[in-house]
Amino acid sequence: MAHAYTPGLRVSEKTVVRKERRLPIKGEVVVAKGDHVTSDSVVARTHLPGNVQLVNVASKLGLPPEDLPSVMQKKDGDPIEKGEALAVTQGFFGFFKSKVLSPCEGTVESISTVTGQVILREPPTPIEINAYIDGEVVEILPEEGVVVEAVGTFIQGIFGVGGERTGEIAVVVDGPGQPLDESLITDEHKGKIIIGGSHVTWDGLQKATEVGAHGIVVGGFDDPDLKRLLGKDLGVAITGHEDLATALILTEGFGEMTMAHGTFDLLRSCEGRKASINGATQIRAGVIRPEIVIPIEGATAADVQDGEGSTTGLEIGSLIRAIREPHFGSLGKVTELPNELQKMESESMVRVLMVEFENGEQALLPRANVEMIEE
Amino acid sequence: MSENGKINAIVATDCGSTTTKAILIKLVDGEYRLIVRGEAPTTVEAPFEDVTRGVLNAIREVEELSGHEILDGEDIIHPNDGNRGVDLYLSTSSAGGGLQMMVAGVVKSMTAESAERAALGAGSIVMDVLASNDGRLPHEQIERIRHLRPDMILLSGGIDGGTITHVVELGQIISAADPKARLGAGYNLPVIYAGNKNAREEVVKLLEDKTSLYQVDNLRPVLERENLGPARDKIHDLFMEHVMAQAPGYSKLMGWTDAPIMPTPGAVGSMIEAIANRHDIEVLGVDIGGATTDVFSVFQKTFNRTVSANLGMSYSISNVLAEAGIDNVMRWVPFKLPELEVRNRIKNKMIRPTTVPQSLDDLKMEQAIAREALRLAFEQHKNFAVSLKGVQQERTISEAFSQSASGETLVNMMDLDLLVGSGGVLSHAPRRQQAAMMLIDGFLPEGTTRLAVDSIFMMPQLGVLAEVHEQSATEVFEKDCLIHLGTLVAPVGTGQEGKPCIKFETTLPDGTLVNEDIPFGEMKVYPLGIDETASVKVTPARGFDAGAGPGKPFESTLTGGVVGLIVDTRGRPFVLPTDESERVKRLDKWAAAFDAYPPA
Repeated sequence: MAHAYTPGLRVSEKTVVRKERRLPIKGEVVVAKGDHVTSDSVVARTHLPGNVQLVNVASKLGLPPEDLPSVMQKKDGDPIEKGEALAVTQGFFGFFKSKVLSPCEGTVESISTVTGQVILREPPTPIEINAYIDGEVVEILPEEGVVVEAVGTFIQGIFGVGGERTGEIAVVVDGPGQPLDESLITDEHKGKIIIGGSHVTWDGLQKATEVGAHGIVVGGFDDPDLKRLLGKDLGVAITGHEDLATALILTEGFGEMTMAHGTFDLLRSCEGRKASINGATQIRAGVIRPEIVIPIEGATAADVQDGEGSTTGLEIGSLIRAIREPHFGSLGKVTELPNELQKMESESMVRVLMVEFENGEQALLPRANVEMIEE
Repeated sequence: MSENGKINAIVATDCGSTTTKAILIKLVDGEYRLIVRGEAPTTVEAPFEDVTRGVLNAIREVEELSGHEILDGEDIIHPNDGNRGVDLYLSTSSAGGGLQMMVAGVVKSMTAESAERAALGAGSIVMDVLASNDGRLPHEQIERIRHLRPDMILLSGGIDGGTITHVVELGQIISAADPKARLGAGYNLPVIYAGNKNAREEVVKLLEDKTSLYQVDNLRPVLERENLGPARDKIHDLFMEHVMAQAPGYSKLMGWTDAPIMPTPGAVGSMIEAIANRHDIEVLGVDIGGATTDVFSVFQKTFNRTVSANLGMSYSISNVLAEAGIDNVMRWVPFKLPELEVRNRIKNKMIRPTTVPQSLDDLKMEQAIAREALRLAFEQHKNFAVSLKGVQQERTISEAFSQSASGETLVNMMDLDLLVGSGGVLSHAPRRQQAAMMLIDGFLPEGTTRLAVDSIFMMPQLGVLAEVHEQSATEVFEKDCLIHLGTLVAPVGTGQEGKPCIKFETTLPDGTLVNEDIPFGEMKVYPLGIDETASVKVTPARGFDAGAGPGKPFESTLTGGVVGLIVDTRGRPFVLPTDESERVKRLDKWAAAFDAYPPA
């Protein structure tokens, strides 16, 4: 039987974090195994093939495609400058010549006598990838990239927008239930990763961007504000490529939701330390959750007790969070795990568990509607 | 096969992106029946990265539930000898994102559309359609090919013997893009050429070195006819050889199966096509999943499939809201909820897609969204399932006046005989009446239409089984797969609430005589069980058509189901009142007629 619970997001005080940094196409790795790198160190670079331009030379000159070779001034593989003659007709006794000029700098890739087209390729674009986290290069992926390893605090969020950012952790709220609004953000937060509580308001997010904060980590956010931020209604949770100055990571979900105490306390204990965060989220097969990585200087893999963090599944006493109405966001402890399917108010027959919430209230919940809090 | 040459036991699996489902079919008293179904999480992703783990787990559950031994360690026992082993093992797969293709053709509404139809029919997701006249500049098209990284490309264009220039230009664009495959860095991207045969030589020159090029017969040899079979078959072969072989564990799985692994939607399509052919009926099928919604139809003997890649009930739920708009979703909800609350709830389902509705209101909300997802997917299907465009038609004078043109939709709801729904929100609705209501509201069938749901979503396994052993697939489909909900009678026309619409006459199996004037705006459900029939006479009021023409009486023998005989006089086209309280009142009244929900 499939495990009918959501495994939960990882929240780990000290763990080994490995990040694969791979080029989109083959290139050159510029660091060596064992090198210590910082988040902005370049680890590999390559050149993306340039854009292609198609020029229908035959039709521009009013010639049948098969006559193309007789007028071409360049052959396959030749370099060409923007504005340079690509083809020139003979004209009448040297007069009335017609020309086709190259629309770009690049090389001639092919000349077709079937279609009359000449394909030009623009110069390649250089691209570089950085280490993203402070750590050590532990593996070289020849011609493709590296694996960087760090020992540090690792927290997964549930949803985020915006790509990779780094900055110092700055906790600006008193507790995990306090909303983050603009009054809490000042010019001092430039370049920082701001930690809020239950929710960030639209004005709070705007203020963070204005002062140049690199990221916000908070419990919840309202969907209408997300629509405003992205300029469109987000249909499918595949994010990370948005052009946002301030990355946003939600630890709990949409709406006003108190951040899990464990997560908040851990972030508070990291105040002032450098963090690498990534808002990229992909909720599809091959799920990617947003993350916060806070390397611990000088720590090594030998210091890590918990290994990679094991998931044992739900047990009596497990800490859980309800992740659907009517108890959405409430935290509690599992008190019973009955085997039989039970009928819900919706009349769905589901596997359930009994939970005692922090306020003492007991409730029967579908196992699919809880998330384990891994500590 | 067992010693007597008969197929006595069959196990079939469907490897979905999240769950692998196994079914066991056995020959019982001379007919094939479903014995049990088991499931386990799919294991394509880390940490397992081997699809066969999930397959074995699902089969193991089948063994435990049925007591029928199938596995010897990690081997499937062949053949069956009574209570041990199976004679056939088959599988379908949509794990790892299924089959993702890009298609290209010269004219967007002609060869490109035929290529799209071939790819969709083979069960693929079409990531983009490239055409010489798609409005994009060549460098934009090249950029797009590079960016998408499909599993394969289908290139078509031109009729046989026609001009080759345009299709060669498309070949140049693909060649310039130097496309890379999505999976497996070490092999060339498969490209199928199914265009003008005279351009083959040029296409080979352009693509042979940069891709794995395959050539099949032109899929549009003449304007008047499509020939999609060869391209579709080649797609299936390459899906096995290239795409699946790259996915973790599939090489092993391919060694286990007695027939090639089929893409899941391709197998469902075969099943729908087989039903339509066998009974000579017009069929519409829908599979509403978490990420995508597939619609299949056979109208006028033409099979069509569309995939609405971003309409679904979990991963894509937020996109249903984005595409339909909040007002369209909320019009089906019989209570008030602030927009902020609705939007946050839907987003929370998107980011935690495995949760289930616990409260009744939450269930109603989810079923409202399902109605809109079905409606939108069906809209897309109607626009795609059209007659061939660009075909010269001989017309009589009257046809010329009626402005009928090529490229009109083949979907005619008045002619539809059977509507089959599958996918969690329909198959697992707590009451079957809810599934019937969602199908009716999402598709708005006209005249008389039988409604059914796939009980446990086993159409994929039966589809692949039909390819090798049709008898067993058919018998299980008819007896164990489909749950008949009943027959819907829905006159076409509009009127005013409470004004005359139809006179409905029938005798129910228990002898009850029904002779009712049913006014406009009603839903009625009469008890008529599975395998029961009733002779029905519907006399429409002026302006309404129940199937025999406007105002003309319609008589037929209709079949029942777990819901019954349903009469819907809410009109076609169907419009909900804009007044909030009136709308809620009617939604509650219709749901009550179905006994769709427990009392609040």
